[in-house]
Amino acid sequence: MKKIFMSVSLVVLSMALLVGCGANKDAKAGGASAPKYIIIKGSDTMVHLASNWAEAYMDQHPDVDISVTGGGSGTGIAALLNSTTDICIASRKIKSKEETLAAEKGLAPNEIVTARDGIAVVVNPVNPISELSLEQIGKIYTGAYTSWKDVGGPDEKIVILSRESSSGTYVFFQKRVMQKKDYAQEAMLMPSTSAIIQSVSQDTWAIGYVGLGYGTMAGDKVKMLGIKNDANTPAVLPSVSSVQNASYGIARPLHFYTDGTPSGAVKAFIDFVLSDKGQAIVLAAGYVPVN
Amino acid sequence: MNTWRDKAIYTILVGAASTSILIVLLIFFFLGKEALPFVKEPGFSDLLQTRWIPVSFNREVFGLLPLISGSILITLLATILMIPFGVLGAIYIAEIATTTEKRFLKPFIEILAGIPSVVIGFFGLVVLSPIIKNLFGLSTGLSAITGALLLALMAIPTVITVSEDAIQSVPLSYKEASLALGANRLQTIFRIIVPAALPGIIAAVMLGMGRVIGETMAVLMVTGNAAKLTLNPFSSVRTMTATIAAEMGEVAFGSTHYQALFWVGIFLLIMTFLLNLIAQQVLRKYQMR
Repeated sequence: MKKIFMSVSLVVLSMALLVGCGANKDAKAGGASAPKYIIIKGSDTMVHLASNWAEAYMDQHPDVDISVTGGGSGTGIAALLNSTTDICIASRKIKSKEETLAAEKGLAPNEIVTARDGIAVVVNPVNPISELSLEQIGKIYTGAYTSWKDVGGPDEKIVILSRESSSGTYVFFQKRVMQKKDYAQEAMLMPSTSAIIQSVSQDTWAIGYVGLGYGTMAGDKVKMLGIKNDANTPAVLPSVSSVQNASYGIARPLHFYTDGTPSGAVKAFIDFVLSDKGQAIVLAAGYVPVN
Repeated sequence: MNTWRDKAIYTILVGAASTSILIVLLIFFFLGKEALPFVKEPGFSDLLQTRWIPVSFNREVFGLLPLISGSILITLLATILMIPFGVLGAIYIAEIATTTEKRFLKPFIEILAGIPSVVIGFFGLVVLSPIIKNLFGLSTGLSAITGALLLALMAIPTVITVSEDAIQSVPLSYKEASLALGANRLQTIFRIIVPAALPGIIAAVMLGMGRVIGETMAVLMVTGNAAKLTLNPFSSVRTMTATIAAEMGEVAFGSTHYQALFWVGIFLLIMTFLLNLIAQQVLRKYQMR
């Protein structure tokens, strides 16, 4: 009986050791040097797009495996800093704090603009409001306006929906639309873009912001607002052409970050992303090509 | 040879048994180590402010009060909701249900216990929140009450299972004596059996509360996560668990925000620790188990 117990515990111990070693090897293979296995991590806004690129690329190159995960731009950059991803997808620029951290770790983040994205401001289709100025939206999100009456609508309380503070879109919106002021305390922080679309489609007096791709895909469930850059200019609806010719006010570049200049399989993949084929996928996914 | 082997086995067994103690101590140590610098730099009093604004271009504020009030509000509401369903359900299953009914009811309760919290959260977001919104005439269904309902749903299987054990462990002689003295079935259940099983039932509710306060995904999806210091059940609230889950991924390592999140963790740990302590005291006092 004792013997059996000993041998069982030995087997368990050696298995644990083996598993441990295996994990170490995997982690090394996931690092920088010329992988046939590419890890992409970061922005939730870009996950959909990046997996479309990855699928198309893997169809052409069956020997390459690409894994795409979200979590937010910050998560992606943190992964890049910890060398647990080959490509970080980010809907915001890298912060100076993060660049300092990278330098301390001997990394050199390399930025590549791979697509552009418009941020659509969405309301329930029942809402009579169909255009707002940047200033009005800013005042709604900072809590200065609390009723739709303040922007010419019915006297109903505005339900403010935002992304979580870990989202790149949260910070971009705060900078571009809210003039760096704080979000209202009433603002509800939703864990995902689809949760915002779900809530806006259910709650008649809600307002939210989502990537243009998601807004387009949502179809009739939500209404995208026309945006006036200031009170006197005409409202512009978010679309591929209005983002490309910069007439739409809330747009941003979408980035890839790699450690140093990409090489090997990673470089081949990025070349594909920037090619006409790769940019056609950008358009098909509801985003805006670089050129 | 034999003593060597005995010693080895003894060491392995002691090691296995004390691993959990070691892990708890390590968690306390690690939380404290990461959170401590906050006391020096912005100061402990910063944690007692009434706003939580972790990302700001002006001034970041790390007041834990709205998060603590959010967690407490949701836990209390969920407890109020789960007691009638959980305890009455357990009474029915233990005392009244026929064998066929039991065979039908128990697997369903077990299935309910096994549903992943993301799935429950998704159900809450798509199905329950519009119902709550229309029922109470709210502007949005993303509120504390929606979260509490989902959490009660998740805790009810625990409450039922543990309460049922407690009720069934009441000696049969109590019941027989009560019936022999002429009490009817309902009188026996509510005046004899339930009071006798009360410590176990209280412990069951405490265990359910433990599940509720630690639950993350479902509340993150349905409570709206606005960090407001409020006790209004129809308001949106942000719980401590949701805050850690939503913000830990983004936060810069070692920053003030990072340390503040560890303080959230410490307060959460203290709350669950107290809850466990009370539950154990209740059980010990009545010498169950």
